[in-house]
Amino acid sequence: MLANHIGFYSLIMGLLSSILIFIFSLKSYQGKVIDKRIIPSSFFQLFFVIVSFTSLVICFIISDFSNETVFNNSHTNKPIFYKISGTWGNHEGSLLLWLLVLTLFLFLFLINSRSELKQYRVLTVIFQQVIIIGFFLFVLFTSNPFSYLFPKPIEGLGLNPILQDPALAIHPPILYIGYVGSSLIFSATLAAVIENYISKDWAKNIKLWILISWIFLTIGIMLGSIWAYYELGWGGFWFWDPVENVSLMPWICLTALLHCVLILEKREILKSWTIILSIATFTLSMCGTFLVRSGILNSVHTFANDPSRGIFILSFLFLLVSISVIIFFLFHKENQNDYKKIYFLSKEVSILVNNWFLMYFLSVILIGTVYPIFLEVLTDHKISVGPPFYNKLIIPFLVFFLVFMSIGPNLKWIKETNIKNKVQLFIFFLISLFLSLFLFYKSGQTNLTITILLSSSLYLFIVTIKDFFTKDLYNLSKKIAHFGFSLLILSILLNSILSKEVIVNLKVGDKFNFKNEKIIFNSLENSRKVNYESVVGSFTIEDDKQKIYEFKPELRIYDQPVIITSEADIKVDLLKDKFLVMNIIKGEEYFNVRYQIKPFMIWIWISVLLLAVGGFLSLYKRFYEK
Amino acid sequence: MVKKVKLRILFLLTIVLSAILIVFLILKSLEKDVVFFLSPTDVKDLKIIETKKIRVGGMVKDKSISINSEKVNFIITDFKNEINVSYSGSVPNLFSENKGVVAEGFLEDRNYFKAVKILAKHDENYMPPEVKKALGEK
Repeated sequence: MLANHIGFYSLIMGLLSSILIFIFSLKSYQGKVIDKRIIPSSFFQLFFVIVSFTSLVICFIISDFSNETVFNNSHTNKPIFYKISGTWGNHEGSLLLWLLVLTLFLFLFLINSRSELKQYRVLTVIFQQVIIIGFFLFVLFTSNPFSYLFPKPIEGLGLNPILQDPALAIHPPILYIGYVGSSLIFSATLAAVIENYISKDWAKNIKLWILISWIFLTIGIMLGSIWAYYELGWGGFWFWDPVENVSLMPWICLTALLHCVLILEKREILKSWTIILSIATFTLSMCGTFLVRSGILNSVHTFANDPSRGIFILSFLFLLVSISVIIFFLFHKENQNDYKKIYFLSKEVSILVNNWFLMYFLSVILIGTVYPIFLEVLTDHKISVGPPFYNKLIIPFLVFFLVFMSIGPNLKWIKETNIKNKVQLFIFFLISLFLSLFLFYKSGQTNLTITILLSSSLYLFIVTIKDFFTKDLYNLSKKIAHFGFSLLILSILLNSILSKEVIVNLKVGDKFNFKNEKIIFNSLENSRKVNYESVVGSFTIEDDKQKIYEFKPELRIYDQPVIITSEADIKVDLLKDKFLVMNIIKGEEYFNVRYQIKPFMIWIWISVLLLAVGGFLSLYKRFYEK
Repeated sequence: MVKKVKLRILFLLTIVLSAILIVFLILKSLEKDVVFFLSPTDVKDLKIIETKKIRVGGMVKDKSISINSEKVNFIITDFKNEINVSYSGSVPNLFSENKGVVAEGFLEDRNYFKAVKILAKHDENYMPPEVKKALGEK
């Protein structure tokens, strides 16, 4: 009760302070002196949002069902950890979290940018404040997390059980830091355009924010993917589901931006392209929010389908994009001396090529994601675009992308003159070609596209490993990140080629032979847990070397809401995952059992972590160079 | 100066051409790889039965699920028409009688559908839009 009121009123106070900041910063922009009240009031804004968010968390912890959000998404018998994570496991709470990250980023920007140009700083605050106020209004008018219910219900409706999972509990906050970071990049870019400050210095400063959001977006996507792997029980980690795509699109755009900013920093070219990428990244993040929140895409992220919310985000997005386009055309002037000579064999050209490839992947995913929506609106046909579409369009280009990625980083800035030196690269290419041919000869597969893809990813793998043995330790972050990427592609590839699976309906006591292994369904065991009924199946799998593996997949029948989830039992080792999951079919004696052998699964996660580690190292370097 | 202008034109031309190529490529493969979504009534109204992969959505008819060790058979209904489905593969937990279902696979004839995948919906209250419409009209 009390927490509910505190939360609501501090949200309003937060809105008031954000309007104050907006006014102060407008004044300081005209007066050309920074108003001393901006930083304290941005601190207050952050403080009020934190208070509001904390009180929502408290409402969840004490199960205050007079709060409508709590009523809809919580239940008294839920473990405390999931009561807390339930705070952002719903539409209203997650928007409050979004707001929290927005205000936090603004505050961090303010205290970290003291050395930068005054006008640029103030303008960034103005743009960021527009976004913040927009979200404040959105939260207060269309999705107030503190709506009041009277009479107070006795019990809540409960949180969707498949969300009750540790990976998914921290997935939203981390992903949001990535998404929201792009808003700061957006504001800073617009400010820099107006101030004509797109320069080497600016590139250095903005890179910090690009890195932060890139790292968090990477980890956030990985967490969601890990969750999908063991919780949804399909045994895959990426399904080209629209909801996954909307998080991948900003990531691709951000990756392109990350590389593009390097060129800007070194050579002061490609200014317009950098601006366009920054705007695009933010637009894609917002579009993702819109698509997911408006209920157009049906998924676990769709909490409540309320058209007014979708329309609000869409019109807000439209407003922001039009402002940014107008600013871009009005203020951005190319200076004549910006044209510099560019040689074909140089690092900047190879980064540009990388950007083009990324844009191609982005457009494939974008069209695959939005085309079904448009088609449904226009013709009433319902379609879905599945993995074959993406595989067919992405894999051929991925081959060239990987080859370019192996060669590009070995070129010099401005102009590469020493061509003879690159014989080594060519030899590596031949080695990887032969290696993949050999592997295919061994495994007996004859798929040409996959052979080519394998050889190009092996090539990148070898080249990135070789890079670790060069003497200069400079640019270690890049080496790690590129190595991580090559490992990622390689392990995804090997994983998809070498995976084996069997799906069978079994009764207790049944045996089933799969290749050289024997699956035995021994017994079932029921037990009662805090908020669910647990049914644990006991399986043994015996291979031809008499090695015995025990599997204990679980079915959880949750009380509120009544939903059954399967918890897969996964035996992880460095070479392969063994994955066994069982599903209930209609309460009869048969269980639907799925057994999979997934080679190199753990390397997929490790390589994504390596990507993030590379990002962190680069970030660390930024801080210490300052 | 002239050289610079030429270079820029060349550059723009490459961009435009590659953009056209990309859009063409994407649309071409979209034509082949999309999967249409039909309700049992739509299936009944089909003029020709194609061998393309489709999705059929509706409710699982009451008391229609039967299981043996390889297969699950059931009936999808939209309360106007029905279709028999046979399926071997993994079954999502939310699959049960009187619940919404979307099955992906191939039509054998207007009454028999061979599914290769049953899609899990994340929400227990999910109901395919067609079914919602059909129920609303009833």
